[in-house]
Order: sequence, then C-alpha cells, then structure tokens
Amino acid sequence: MSITIYVPGDSSAVSLGADRVATAIANEAAKRSLDIRLIRNGSRGMFWLEPLVEVLTENGRVAYGPVQTGDVAGLFDANFTQGGSHPLCLGLTEELDYLKKQQRLTFARIGLTDPVSLDDYIANDGYRGLSNALKLPQADIVKAVTDSGLRGRGGAAFPTGIKWNTVLNTPSEQKYIICNADEGDSGTFSDRMVMEGDPFVLIEGMTIAGIAVGATQGYIYLRVEYPYAHVALNTAIEKAYQAGYLGADIQGSGKKFDLEVRLGAGAYICGEETSLMESLEGKRGLVRFKPPLPAISGLFGKPTVVNNVISLASVPIILDRGGDYYRDFGMGRSRGTLPLQLAGNIKHGGLVELAFGLTLRELLYDFGGGSASGRPIRAVQVGGPLGAYLPESQFDTPLDYEAFAAIWAVLGHGGIVVFDDTVDMAEMARYSMEFCAIESCGKCTPCRIGSTRGYEVIDDIIAGRDLDKNIPLLRDLCNTLLNGSLCALGGMTPYPVLSALNHFPEDFGIKDKAEAV
Amino acid sequence: MTETGSIQSTVQAITTALKDKPGALLPILHGIQDALGYIPPESVADIAKTVNLSRAEVHGVISFYHYFRKTAPGKHTIHLCRAESCQSMGSKQLEEHVKTRLGIDFHETTADGKFSLEPVYCLGNCACSPAMQIDNEIYGRVSANSFDAALNEVEELA
Repeated sequence: MSITIYVPGDSSAVSLGADRVATAIANEAAKRSLDIRLIRNGSRGMFWLEPLVEVLTENGRVAYGPVQTGDVAGLFDANFTQGGSHPLCLGLTEELDYLKKQQRLTFARIGLTDPVSLDDYIANDGYRGLSNALKLPQADIVKAVTDSGLRGRGGAAFPTGIKWNTVLNTPSEQKYIICNADEGDSGTFSDRMVMEGDPFVLIEGMTIAGIAVGATQGYIYLRVEYPYAHVALNTAIEKAYQAGYLGADIQGSGKKFDLEVRLGAGAYICGEETSLMESLEGKRGLVRFKPPLPAISGLFGKPTVVNNVISLASVPIILDRGGDYYRDFGMGRSRGTLPLQLAGNIKHGGLVELAFGLTLRELLYDFGGGSASGRPIRAVQVGGPLGAYLPESQFDTPLDYEAFAAIWAVLGHGGIVVFDDTVDMAEMARYSMEFCAIESCGKCTPCRIGSTRGYEVIDDIIAGRDLDKNIPLLRDLCNTLLNGSLCALGGMTPYPVLSALNHFPEDFGIKDKAEAV
Repeated sequence: MTETGSIQSTVQAITTALKDKPGALLPILHGIQDALGYIPPESVADIAKTVNLSRAEVHGVISFYHYFRKTAPGKHTIHLCRAESCQSMGSKQLEEHVKTRLGIDFHETTADGKFSLEPVYCLGNCACSPAMQIDNEIYGRVSANSFDAALNEVEELA
C-alpha cells in the first residue's frame, strides 16, 4: 500500500523551502523504491514549524517539522513513513496544542486536504451548504446568514445578512457578487490561506451568495501580490465548471452563476469597496461617495454584494450547519469565529481561528509564545496599517469588535503585528503617514495632502523642533483627516498615529504624558 | 519584423482579444505587462483607440497603479516588503543591505540590467517576516545572508 505524505504548497511554507523538501522526499522515496503519494496540502498555519511534513499512519497524521532538505534522508532512515521517531517528530498533528485549542469552522479543511481536489472537498463536507441552499427560497438563505450574526470580516464588520437582504430586495436584471480578495493589510494572510488552501469553500460561498440575492456573475478581485492564490483559484474554478458547480445550470437546479478572477495592480486603496469597483470597471481606483450604497448601485451601477474572502468562506458552514450553530460561538454582538493572524515579531506566528472573546494577552502569550526576539513585547498593532497600536496595559482587551472600539482601536481583519521593545513608535507613526501618502487615491484633500504634511510634521517632532507647536499641529491634522475623508484610508490613518503618540509619548520626545496633548 | 513592430502587434493582439470583457482595461494592461514586462508608453494610443477611451484615461489608469511599469524591468524583479510586520523583524536594515548590494534604490534597475528593485506593501507572508519576492518566487525570514544566497542562486540560473 502506498504511503501518503503531505508537504504544504502554501506560499509561506514554500517561502521557507517546502518545494525543495517535497522534491527531496520524492527523490529519496524513488531511490529507496518506496511507493509514496505526495500531496501538497494547505498550511495548518503554524509557520514556525513550516515546512511541516505529515505522514498518514493508522493512528492518524504524524507531523515532522520544520523540515529542511538536509533532514530528508535522516527522516527516511528513521522510518518516518511509518511515523517513526525522529528529533523533528511532533507527534499526531491533531494533538498539537496550537491546533487543538482552536475552533476551526472556516478553516476546517485547510491543511487537511489537497486544496484543488474537488473529490477531497466533497468528501470533507464540501458543497453541503450549497446543496441545502438550492432547496431553500432566496429569502431563507439570506435569513440563515442574518441569523448567524456574521459580520463582514474584511474589517468594517457590517452585518452580512443585512447587506444581502438589500441586494435581494433591489430589483434589477443584473446583479453582482464581488469577493474582495485585495488583502493589503500588513499582518494579515487569512484570505491568502483560504484561497491557496481551500479555494472551493470561497467558490461555494460566492455561489450561495449569488443564488441568495439573484446575482449571476461573480468576480474575485485578487491582489497581484498573491500569484499562488491566483493559480489555485483558477484551477478550482475550472474544476467547479467541469463538475457543474458553476455555470448555467448549477447541479441541475436551473440556477446560473459564473465566476471570474480579476487581478488588482498593487493599489492598497482598491481594498476599499467602492475603489475596488472602479478598478473592476477598468478605471483608476478612486473612492466613490456613498450613498448610493453598492448594494443598490454598485458595479456598473447594478446592485452588488461586496464581501471579504473570510465572510464568503464562512457562508458554506452556516448553510450546512445552520445560522444557530455559527451564532453559538462568540460574545456580545461578535458572533462566530475570527481567523486571527499572529505576525511580526512573534515566536509562534500563524493562523488562530477562535470564537470572539479571548484576550489579546492570551493570544500573544498562550498561542504566540511571546516575541520572536525574546525581548519584551512593547506594542501591538491590531487591524492592519489603519489599526491602533496597543501598549501592554491594553493587552487584556477581549478580541471583540465593540471592546476594541471602546478603547479607540479596531479588530479589523484580525491581523496582529507584534513589536518588541526596540521599536521606535515615532518612526512607526511617521511610516503610517508615509504609507497614506503613497496609497492615497487623491480624491480627498485631507488624505492626499494631509498625509504628506503629516510625515513632515512628524519629521520635525523627531528632530525635536518646536514640540509645543508641532504636537498640537499633528493632532489638529489628524482631526482633519478623521473627519474630512471619504474612506478609511484617510479616516483611519490617525488611529496608528495618535495611538502611538498617546501611548508612547516618550518616543516623540515628550517625557510627561500630560504634555502630549 | 522590427522590435517596435513586434511590440505593436503584441499590444494589438492582447487588446483586441480582451476588449469586450466588462471593465477590460486592467486585464488588457496585465496581459501586456505579462507579455512584455512593461507597458510601453507608445502603446497607449493604440490601446485607447481599441477600447474607445481617451489616451489620458488609459495613461491615468497606468500611472495610478503601482504595479504597472512604463519602462522595461531588469531581467529579475525583486519586491522587498516595507510594511509593518516586516519592519518589526528588521526589514529596514535588510532594505539598506539590499540597496547597497545592488547599488540601486527602489524603482531602479541595476546598470547591467539584471535586477530591478521595487517596494511592496505586504506579501501576506507576515508570520515569516521579513519577506521578499524575486520574480514569482517568495522568500521568508530573509536575512542579509539569505538575500545574498538567493541572489547568487538566481544569477547562476540566469
């Protein structure tokens, strides 16, 4: 009987040598005349252990990692194909603490299956949500999503069911589903992992969305920085068409849904939904004024659902298990699970899907194991480049949309970037303004010009010039950006800037916090 | 066929093949850049005519998006991440090393035409920072040493 070996094809694992390890394993097996089946699975999301090689044994999958090419011959010598002991052996994958403590709903299949195998997908509960949806009236599909309490996972946390309901109730001969896969926030990679590791779940989620609201065309707007996801999505879409899961007659239901991947071109602003639609229409990604809401007049002026990858990838399990099942996870108004991403200077960086409610501290230390450098964690940026920096005193905040809003921070897309005590927070504030200047679409003056003035003022502050004038000037400028910008880029750049100033005034040359006003 | 003629026919073939897609301009520009490595400024008029837009509109789109190039890139393009996560793991020092080693700044190409250096704001490899990309190959936990090794490897393959 052949031996099944898994080596992730996830781009992060590949960035650490997974392709070379896979080749070395195949070569070594051939040399030893061993019959192996090598599967390039998605990543389990434990990146300090990547490349994480798994072997299927009668007791379950046994993990070895991190494996480099030099380890491969030794692994074979240690009989790892039968789960033999070796210094890199981690035991059964499912028993690893980091995984065992998680609640993987959206990420249930990722790392388990061959991402582009439709058979694997179906054998692991895939397309059960769609099968249920095809039996339901449209309004009931929308109701299931509303009942689940799912809120937009892209960052804005708008209730998904309400958005769908608006599109359902707006009559039009053409409607669209757009998946926002322009995951541009630093510290986030959950969308990428879904698209590379389980592309069918996104396709299924979009198909359900299309049927629910009466849209026949879907677009995945994918950032060009994700070439692996592009290949995985296109492969999966082709297979879904061949098997009748996309196209003019989905599984004999008479319902139509077409899906196409469109590439962005390196503009961060195109992660903003109206700018994204402009880009899909072939234009510069200038932000649109709202209203009209995209749900009423979106892509090409038609009613359009724009949802993030994780939101759409959460839909199949909601339709499979029911809205109540999903809603039973979480706290307060944050229902279900959030795939959190531990990044930056963290010992155990990776993907942690959990129900809302855990504290940041638990995540940083119980999962993350503290900083990678071994130095104290000084600041944590949650929610991407437009999220606030949190000092140690705020680490006990529960991971919940409202709890973060209450401390003038954002949970956003669940990206968490960790900095140790060598960080200079004035430099980070300056970078936030510089990033805003580079990425501003130019429509709103406060964002277009204020961002440049912002890093100039911070340069003055860093140089110690006229702090008594320049600190109030920076605050005033931030206030203008906050209130005078159409979208979150200008409107939220003050979050990282002011949180850095408020919590770490000493880095701005201010000894007494009271002087930082 | 002259080089200019071949560029023109490539541009024309791609533009004509894709022009009827809804919102065709980005797919067309991607197609051209995939084929030629950049979007030649002299092709703007042809693209504009085929998709029935003004030259200003086409130029505006090309210049809006960081990814689209107006000049030919080096043989290999290095995208070095500048975003927060990579900064937390020392990407600023790495950036200095890369620029010194290549002798160029961002948006420049080495004199021998081998390497172009571009900044990128996140490759989604944030649990393995700092990250970079050489052509389509992605690298994690990049150090000055591993950068040099990767560069040598790419040069040897060339």
